[in-house]
Amino acid sequence: MSLINWVDRRFPATKVWNEHLAEYYAPKNFNFWYFFGSLALLVLVNQIVTGVWLAMAYKPSAAEAFASVEYIMRDMDYGWLIRYLHSTGASAFFVVVYLHMFRGLIYGSYREPRELVWIIGLVIYLIMMATAFFGYLLPWGQMSYWGAQVIVNLFAAVPFVGEDLSVWIRGDYVISDATLNRFFALHFLLPFVLAALVFIHIVALHKVGSNNPDGIEIKQNKDEQGIPKDGIRFHPYYTVKDTVGVGVFLIFFTAVVFFWPDVGGLFLEAPNFEPANPLKTPEHIAPVWYFTPFYAMLRAIPPMFGSQFPGVLVMFASILILFALPWLDRSPVKSIRYKGGIFKFAITLFAISFVILGYLGMIPSTRVILGLEASFWAQIFTGLYFLFFILMPWYSRLNQAQPVPERVTA
Amino acid sequence: MNQKKLLNRLFAYTAAILCYLMPAIGYTAGGSNVPLLNAQVNLDNQAAIQHGAKYFVNYCMGCHAAEYIRYQLLENTGLTSQQIKDNLIFDNGKVSDLMKTALPQQDAVTWFSGPVPDLTLTARIRGGADWIYTYLKGFYTDPGRPLGANNTLYPNVGMPNVLWSLEGIKSPVYRYQVKHQGVLEREFTDEATAVAYVEQQGSEYKLEKVVDHLVVTQPGSLSEAEFDQVARDISAFLDYIAEPMKQERQQLGWWVLLFLSVFSTLAYFMKKAWWEDIH
Ligand code: HEC
Ligand code: HEM
Repeated sequence: MSLINWVDRRFPATKVWNEHLAEYYAPKNFNFWYFFGSLALLVLVNQIVTGVWLAMAYKPSAAEAFASVEYIMRDMDYGWLIRYLHSTGASAFFVVVYLHMFRGLIYGSYREPRELVWIIGLVIYLIMMATAFFGYLLPWGQMSYWGAQVIVNLFAAVPFVGEDLSVWIRGDYVISDATLNRFFALHFLLPFVLAALVFIHIVALHKVGSNNPDGIEIKQNKDEQGIPKDGIRFHPYYTVKDTVGVGVFLIFFTAVVFFWPDVGGLFLEAPNFEPANPLKTPEHIAPVWYFTPFYAMLRAIPPMFGSQFPGVLVMFASILILFALPWLDRSPVKSIRYKGGIFKFAITLFAISFVILGYLGMIPSTRVILGLEASFWAQIFTGLYFLFFILMPWYSRLNQAQPVPERVTA
Repeated sequence: MNQKKLLNRLFAYTAAILCYLMPAIGYTAGGSNVPLLNAQVNLDNQAAIQHGAKYFVNYCMGCHAAEYIRYQLLENTGLTSQQIKDNLIFDNGKVSDLMKTALPQQDAVTWFSGPVPDLTLTARIRGGADWIYTYLKGFYTDPGRPLGANNTLYPNVGMPNVLWSLEGIKSPVYRYQVKHQGVLEREFTDEATAVAYVEQQGSEYKLEKVVDHLVVTQPGSLSEAEFDQVARDISAFLDYIAEPMKQERQQLGWWVLLFLSVFSTLAYFMKKAWWEDIH
């Protein structure tokens, strides 16, 4: 143990290990929903490792990008595996983070004293979306090109400075070689920013301690040694438990990678196997599934005064409103377990609206469903999405809460 | 446990909705509603892929490239590099060359009023071999088209019917649809009756001519069954080159899943052992 002593005198290795793992006391009643934090970390590592590997053979130029991806798929040893791990990983990241965030919603993890944990998480989510957006241009397929065109054009809708802003983002008047090159630079950079933010996210969490499915503060119930009675050491208890989660997650993940990497056009869109062609607009442009709820909200708002800007505002507002959540929820209890029927109803409606918006964002907005156009339905569900937040200060207080137990339940 | 039930139900509903929507999501390319024929492609059949490759270099590469693959790739289907050189490469190219076409893009644009698409990934863009098979069997004579050919799956296609000497010449038998404000009202097999009907109904009724089926009017050098086999083999080849690692991927996948199942089981028992004294 002299080596570790030598290190400890120069770097707090043992101290960090104890503070964050061996002597970090986590509530003992974590359930299914608590697997997704460690899984998000796993997927982030997967993206960085496979991404760096891809970058060794990828060529960020309009003339070579598409062919270099096909080179990776066909001529590089196990290049196809690395690429599918990366493309499937991007979707898996969003699956895992959406479930992770939903956990926060149902157990009130965003509430005092964890407001900052929540807010840092949202910043992580925003940067994740930016990373995925930049990354999707890189294969330089038809959907890459036209998807980026549509999204960057949204910035052109900003009054007065819009045109200049969109040119500044693209580095050109249209999506071009210059755009591809800079998107590659940013796509390489942002995951490391994410890694730093995840570190801050966890430091903030360990300062206040983890929430749990009962929404009880375990630190309010300590034994003589000052250890929470309902707490257990993160290591080894949660490290072994999360290992099971990792195994089961990887079964699903690799099943997709090896047997269904395009997931019927959801993870890899078919038109993206055709090289970008600025002269040929695809019949139907849709972003990848994880952006479609927001895309549906964008399209739900009709242009006003000849400008798309209101839709753009609504789309950004739908994400920014999440930042206000800690101050919107006035319920006397944190966890859904002890909240009343109104809140349960509201959150169910919210989750359903989000999924339906995701579907509506994939199909042409003029498609008729149950006699009405998709854009009409998108308006309804955009409304419901926002009402969940806007009405929360009232219904969360109205809501009949049940008594919260003293100690966590099994 | 009320809350648990609610979450379970929420989960079940979400899953149900997703399952219901899944088929609707798949991208449908091409603007036609022609039902696809089943190409019955079997990627384990190496002879079919080789056979398809031979037709591809002979009948298609004059215009189309498959420029993301090398001739060498066909070694994976059991050909030796000498066989590839002798049978598939016409100029003195190397087996490591990409399968590029000799046709300059410039000429393609003037001759076919547009570029000739690369076919490496067509099977993935179009959702599989069935589309290609149906396309190859869908050519018919149409004097109204610049190159004298049209296609049931790809109306007003720019590609001539390059396989006509094998398949023979097919002519369309039309069906006449009478539409009222875009809604199908009645169908006729005989043009004169259809025209008479429309005239009787008035100007709001429109007549549309659609291809019902094709008949061979001049036989080619192959029988119908032989030609189907050729079309099937070309489709198999194009399906194969779109993702040559598909079989390797699936084989490896079973081992990975086996490993992960063992790993997860062991991890589960390890977790159980550690958690024995936590209540
Ligand atoms: C004389 C030149 C020529 C030859 C030879 C030729 N094609 Fe084509 N092909 C074309 C052109 C031009 C198009 C583009 C048609 C269009 O988009 O309207 C095309 C389109 C296609 C498409 C549709 C691609 C898509 O997704 O839109 C397929 C599939 C195809 N060809 C297969 C073949 C096969 C298989 C052969 C060999 C049996 C072949 N072609 C031979 C000129 C040719
Ligand atoms: C790169 C993406 C992310 C990673 C790697 C990550 C990682 C983690 C980890 C390891 C934990 C602790 C273990 C756990 O609760 O399962 C955690 C907790 C938490 N995360 Fe994240 N996270 C990410 C994104 C987000 C996002 C987008 C949000 C929401 C806006 C978020 C909100 C939270 C909250 C509120 C907690 C505390 C949960 C509680 O104690 O109940 N995280 N995160």
